[in-house]
Amino acid sequence: MAELGQISLYLVTAAMTAYLIATIAFAIDFSRLAADRPSRVSRTADARELVSAGVADAPVVAARPVADAPLPPVRRAAAIGQSTFTVAVLMLVAGVVTRGFAAGRVPWANMYEFTTVSVVVASVVFLGIQRRRDVRFLGTFISLFALLALFLALAVLYTDPTAVQPALQSYWLVIHVAIATSGMGVFAVAATVSGLQLAKDRAIGRGTQGRILSSLPTSADLERLAFRINAVGFVLWTFVLISGAIWAEHAWGRYWGWDAKEVWSFVIWVVYAAYLHARSTRGWEGRRAAWFSVAGFASILINYYVVNLFVNSLHSYSGV
Amino acid sequence: MSAGYRPEGLVSGDDPERPDGDSTDTTRPTAQAPAPGPVGFGPVAWLRWTWRQLTSMRVALLLLLLLAVVALPGTFFPQRPQDPARVAQYYLDNPSLAPVLERWGLFDVFASPWFSAVYLLLFLSLVGCIVPRSLDHIKALRRPPPAAPSRFTRFPVRDAFASPVARDEAVATATTALKGYRLRRTDGADGAVTTLSAERGYTRESGNIVFHLALVGLLIAVGYGTFVHYRGQVIVVEGDTFANSQVQYDSFESGPWFDEGGLEPFRMRLDRFTSAFDEVSGQAADFRAEVTVTEPDGDEQPETIRVNHPLRTGGASVYLMGNGFAPDVTVTDAEGNVGFSGPVPFVIVDQATYDSRGVIKVPDTQVGDQIGLSGVFLPTAVVDPASDTAFSISPEPNEPLLVLDVWYGNLGLDDGVPQNVYQLDTQAMQQVRAPGPDGEDAPVRVVVAPGQTVDLPDGLGTITFNDLPRYVGLDLRYDPTLPWVLTFALLALAGLSASLFLPRRRVFVRIGQDEGGRTVVTAAALARGDDPGLERELTRVLEPLRPAVGKTDQDRMNQETGQAPDRQQDEGARRG
Repeated sequence: MAELGQISLYLVTAAMTAYLIATIAFAIDFSRLAADRPSRVSRTADARELVSAGVADAPVVAARPVADAPLPPVRRAAAIGQSTFTVAVLMLVAGVVTRGFAAGRVPWANMYEFTTVSVVVASVVFLGIQRRRDVRFLGTFISLFALLALFLALAVLYTDPTAVQPALQSYWLVIHVAIATSGMGVFAVAATVSGLQLAKDRAIGRGTQGRILSSLPTSADLERLAFRINAVGFVLWTFVLISGAIWAEHAWGRYWGWDAKEVWSFVIWVVYAAYLHARSTRGWEGRRAAWFSVAGFASILINYYVVNLFVNSLHSYSGV
Repeated sequence: MSAGYRPEGLVSGDDPERPDGDSTDTTRPTAQAPAPGPVGFGPVAWLRWTWRQLTSMRVALLLLLLLAVVALPGTFFPQRPQDPARVAQYYLDNPSLAPVLERWGLFDVFASPWFSAVYLLLFLSLVGCIVPRSLDHIKALRRPPPAAPSRFTRFPVRDAFASPVARDEAVATATTALKGYRLRRTDGADGAVTTLSAERGYTRESGNIVFHLALVGLLIAVGYGTFVHYRGQVIVVEGDTFANSQVQYDSFESGPWFDEGGLEPFRMRLDRFTSAFDEVSGQAADFRAEVTVTEPDGDEQPETIRVNHPLRTGGASVYLMGNGFAPDVTVTDAEGNVGFSGPVPFVIVDQATYDSRGVIKVPDTQVGDQIGLSGVFLPTAVVDPASDTAFSISPEPNEPLLVLDVWYGNLGLDDGVPQNVYQLDTQAMQQVRAPGPDGEDAPVRVVVAPGQTVDLPDGLGTITFNDLPRYVGLDLRYDPTLPWVLTFALLALAGLSASLFLPRRRVFVRIGQDEGGRTVVTAAALARGDDPGLERELTRVLEPLRPAVGKTDQDRMNQETGQAPDRQQDEGARRG
């Protein structure tokens, strides 16, 4: 068992190295993006621009991509970034699985393990979106996030794989905690997109949109992307609250007791609820709504790091 | 509550023709700026203005934000319902600040008037919004889709082309393609132009309404639960029986509508308690209370209560919340009369080693003062002679030892004031002290192991450590609203998912003829909220009507989109 735990540790460390390479490769790609910007803009956006430029009543084909748009040039650095990123995720998954075998239970029962699983989920969400559309501009940020989170996990949060105490011996550990960690990973990606949207909006507002920011998709595109991810995250988080309440009823005899962790999870839920409402309130959509997305993820980080480590809570299972 | 929505994908403020007179806009007024108060109007107008403001999206948003903010003090300050001991400690540490916090309800944030005000206002706002909206939705469900606008030019997702398909056939084909939609067909006066208005995804709005109504239901269920619930705590020593009546509880609280006679009179005997610890880490691995439950009808049933596995009986749930050792001791007075005999639960101070603390009160001495013994119980005791201290190194009872200070005097039990069983009221008592090895005056300690009888100092009597039974701390709870709370929560989850992921779409297709007799198709699509699949949907509907030239376009597009899966397969193959 000890050997397996050691192998898991090697795999996670190797994954970190791969994430580091991916970060650098994505960053190089990102810095080069601006050079030939026009061909980078998403093709549907091009089509829309054509539409709005056309004569109003002329029959226009808006729904279809412009077929003879120039093919995007090869982005070698991005390709390297993406393949190393994929390797990193695979090694991290292997690390998580071996950790589970080493501990003889699901590998998400303390903060070190939550972090590794969250990073896996965030990475998989990124790769999943990447399959459907080009979001490699996110690569730098996602792999940097993965790198920092894993570093923190290894340096501060690491504990040896052991069995869990009776309060955690429940199938709700499998469900509730898995969804909670997944939700964190999903929200992390959304917050990254919202952050980029805000940076871009700010630059446009000042009229100083630099090379890099101008190479990103439009703010509206970023906003829609962030919303789609956040919508998934919000449903996951709602389920986290419900499953947590069910588990709390089994373990502590009450479904809701305003424990520090419960308060913050509730606050997170309310902030994302506010985000969804802001999107459909005139004067609050766009930039202001994006701030909610960022604030929501900030609350998640507080809920995770501050409440787990520094606040006296029933959820003190960090094992640190 | 996202009324007043604008079709997404439109340039801000650029509404297309909205022929349906969608009245949701009025249920959540989204005025550009908060309207100034209705100056010069009567109280009714003021009320109406207030109501409109309260039910507006903007105020709902602000209330949501406010709710998040007012919940936070609950984590900054210790909360009495969660941890009364830390509140008491806060009073000691901040004697001047604590009463101020107390007055503002900061030690019980979630029951404070201001927290309640925020969520009640929020729910009022929600109801004010969702009720009219539900009525609108019911109306919409009964109505055919709205008529198509005369021109589609302001829709961002639209198409127009001349079709090789004959006009009537084209209408039939489009109708088939719009299967699953609600359809309204309008034929032009001259019969040359046919317009199809189609709408689908009403479940999106239904889901939204269900979500919000379920939240109201949740609040009502939770609120009702606080009125009819009860909760009691009791400590049961191995071999003892607990009978479910209010006097048997160590602590008991219930909602104002709870009927005390409603306690189901079942009995429960603790047969055995076992615990297991991880040999390497010393972490707790399993706690198990084996009990025999006797139903009111005399039916006996063996049961096991574990952490995470409460016992459901007599309408209540029984949770295993704590455990410990209850040393069974006999204390005699100076003449050898038994002053106290029985198990005494000691409270665990250190979960890793089960260092426990407790007191033995001996009120029934025949001669001399009453005796109080206060000290620690150590399951695996190690005595350090150098510092003359003892501590436990394991939660398992390998070397059990009681180490007690001795007090004599008046225990204060006769005043009729309830006392903490884990604390000695030493106001009217004196501690037995003697000069220690270093000559300084120090408390005299009595150390006793199981099976031993030890003399108390100053000839006060003796103490015998008879046996070492375990005890469990049980929580009994009754809340009949639990199934309702769960139902409403799951309804909210389902409604939320529907409202976020089910697309609501309108498709307009107009089919006519130009001067040359060619079939001309114009079409547009509109979605509620964000809908990435809208363009694809319009393409799908129009596909059978498209001219041959369009077909090649289509082919090219298929090639393009087809590339992605191919590439992914390649990657997958490489990875494999």
